[in-house]
Amino acid sequence: MTTMTMAKALNSGLRRAMENDDKVVLMGEDIGRLGGVFRITDGLQKDFGENKVIDTPLAESGIVGTAVGMALRGYRPVVEIQFDGFVYPAYDQIVSQVAKFRYRSGGRQAMPIVIRIPYGGGIGAVEHHSESPEAQFVHTAGLKVVSCSNPADAYWMVQQAIACDDPVVFLEPKRLYHSAKGDVDVDEPPAPLFASRVIRPGTTATVLAYGPSVSIAMGAASAGEADGLDLEVIDLRTLSPFDLEPVYESVRRTGRAVVVHEAHRTLGTGAEIAARITEDCFYSLEAPVLRVTGYDTPYPPSRVEETYLPDLDRVLDAVDRSLGW
Amino acid sequence: MADFADPELVQLLTPEGERIEHPDYRFDGDDETIAGFYRDLVLSRRIDTEATALQRHGELGIWASLLGQEASQIGSGRALAPQDFVFPTYREHGVAWCRGLDPAALLHLFRGVDQSGWDPAAYNFGLYTIVIGAQTLHATGYAMGVQLDDAVGTGEQGRDTAVVAYFGDGATSQGDVNEAFVWASVTNAPVVFFCQNNQWAISEPTTRQTRVPLYQRAAGFGFPGVRVDGNDVLAVHAVTTEALQRAREGSGPSLIEAYTYRMGAHTTTDDPTRYRHSDEVERWKLRDPIERVRAYLRRVHAVDDAFFDDVDAEAEALGERLRTECRQLPDPDPAKLFDLVYAEQTPELAAQRDELAEWLATEVA
Ligand SMILES: Cc1ncc(C[n+]2csc(CCOP(=O)(O)OP(=O)(O)O)c2C)c(N)n1
Repeated sequence: MTTMTMAKALNSGLRRAMENDDKVVLMGEDIGRLGGVFRITDGLQKDFGENKVIDTPLAESGIVGTAVGMALRGYRPVVEIQFDGFVYPAYDQIVSQVAKFRYRSGGRQAMPIVIRIPYGGGIGAVEHHSESPEAQFVHTAGLKVVSCSNPADAYWMVQQAIACDDPVVFLEPKRLYHSAKGDVDVDEPPAPLFASRVIRPGTTATVLAYGPSVSIAMGAASAGEADGLDLEVIDLRTLSPFDLEPVYESVRRTGRAVVVHEAHRTLGTGAEIAARITEDCFYSLEAPVLRVTGYDTPYPPSRVEETYLPDLDRVLDAVDRSLGW
Repeated sequence: MADFADPELVQLLTPEGERIEHPDYRFDGDDETIAGFYRDLVLSRRIDTEATALQRHGELGIWASLLGQEASQIGSGRALAPQDFVFPTYREHGVAWCRGLDPAALLHLFRGVDQSGWDPAAYNFGLYTIVIGAQTLHATGYAMGVQLDDAVGTGEQGRDTAVVAYFGDGATSQGDVNEAFVWASVTNAPVVFFCQNNQWAISEPTTRQTRVPLYQRAAGFGFPGVRVDGNDVLAVHAVTTEALQRAREGSGPSLIEAYTYRMGAHTTTDDPTRYRHSDEVERWKLRDPIERVRAYLRRVHAVDDAFFDDVDAEAEALGERLRTECRQLPDPDPAKLFDLVYAEQTPELAAQRDELAEWLATEVA
């Protein structure tokens, strides 16, 4: 058991994946000598060489498009998109090529690409550096989408994603890179990649979160204790596919669900989760499924991002509204 | 724009069927090889006319014709080594033919029974790509993989590998194609960019895509570009052979602009009379890629009349077979479609597959 930041955990996870499989290739802008703008790939080029940790030209469609070709040649490319807001130039390659290759090839061609995206707000950045594009990818058949919320998951999930024969959009909550520290058991994988997990049992209501919002949900659960609330918190971990059985099980007990995410509300992942809970747990529900989300505006200037982002108070307020139903 | 008088256009066989010299390029094959090309040209055209007819009879949803571009495709396709890998657009039926693909497999996509119809790994011939230019990046990435595999510059025949990306003149405006040029150049990737400039991107002439001859673009990216008479199978073969060799030996990418003409419509849904003059088409008919090879073979008495009759008979038989096999292609099983999305099936898709199966069962009942 070692204590690491999430950044270090990801770095160690990538290193181990490369040690285990020499078909793993990292590609991205500045990931070599600099170690990436967040230093997630720090030291990897030194140890694995410029051919395996490839500093690419500054072109996102090219990063993903050449990864497709690499995968067709038998490699397992892990590409880094420097920031969430810069994934859009690669969107066509991701949606039309990466996601559809298996289907288009009649199931003959695997597309084992991991697209790592540092995502989400809360770091006081300028525009295009704080976005949460997960719904765009969840809505794309053929992709899998996951997000880690703690170092142990980060360490293991990145390796699990690399081992997966399907393309995985791997969302890394950038504000947790250095602030989330935790124990990593490098011998014991915590859970399969496409599984959600109850991380705090409770009875009053079920709070669902993933990535950066998990710490908000946990904060709300701790703060709620003083008011006699006993919140159950589930870290979804996987958004495509969703693993909703544990959620249903929980909601059937608590009768209430609140979904928390930073992304825009309309047609966001929360909307889908609310619909699914309604379809499958209708008779257990004491209140409609509520959402605590970012607003349907472009990500705001950083001086007001605290207002935009879900926080502990907004989560507790939603729980109160649910209880007042 | 360039014409046949263009001194920069590599040509080794005139429209009249005369062999001519070029200072930099030579066709090394014998007359038997040229007769083989003739057969390829005729058969690939036959595949095309048959498919066009099948579309007219409602058997195919759409077809993208290669009419007029046979020499570009056969000339380049016959230059490939078995280990080379091709990333095509949706019009490379002649290249597919050279790769040994059963032409009937080409019909799957256009009939709507499958999205590929063949195994790319079995033929080293990738999926047809509809999104313009996307495959040029795939080719470049594949070529980078070839480099990682040390399958370039070893001097071992059968090991050194080149990758070819086909695309049209319209595609050269796409970001992806330009990104692929940058990438291939800075990584020195063994990729040959093969642009069939057939003069039109649906209704837009090449002048809507560029103000400089396309082959000259390569210079700005730092690799050689050459313009070849795309209706001259010998010249295309010579030029492509050299570019492939360059790639395989580790000298990096190159761009070939095969200057040709799309004789037919863009696809069977297109009406070219709305945007181009028939005299242009008539002019290009005089440069037909098959006629000049036939003229050459006759001129040098390389083959007898029976040869031409045999090729025609073979073409007839091929057309007949395609007609029959096309109609027999089974529709896909809807339940199977859910199993093609992921390597690891998701519970959601499994549930949706069952839902559909149940629904279909009630409909039948
Ligand atoms: C990204 C994209 N935009 C538009 C289209 C629609 N489209 C299909 S073919 C075509 C013209 C392509 O012209 P060119 O690259 O010259 O190739 P050609 O078909 O002439 O061989 C267009 C606009 C497309 N398939 N992909």
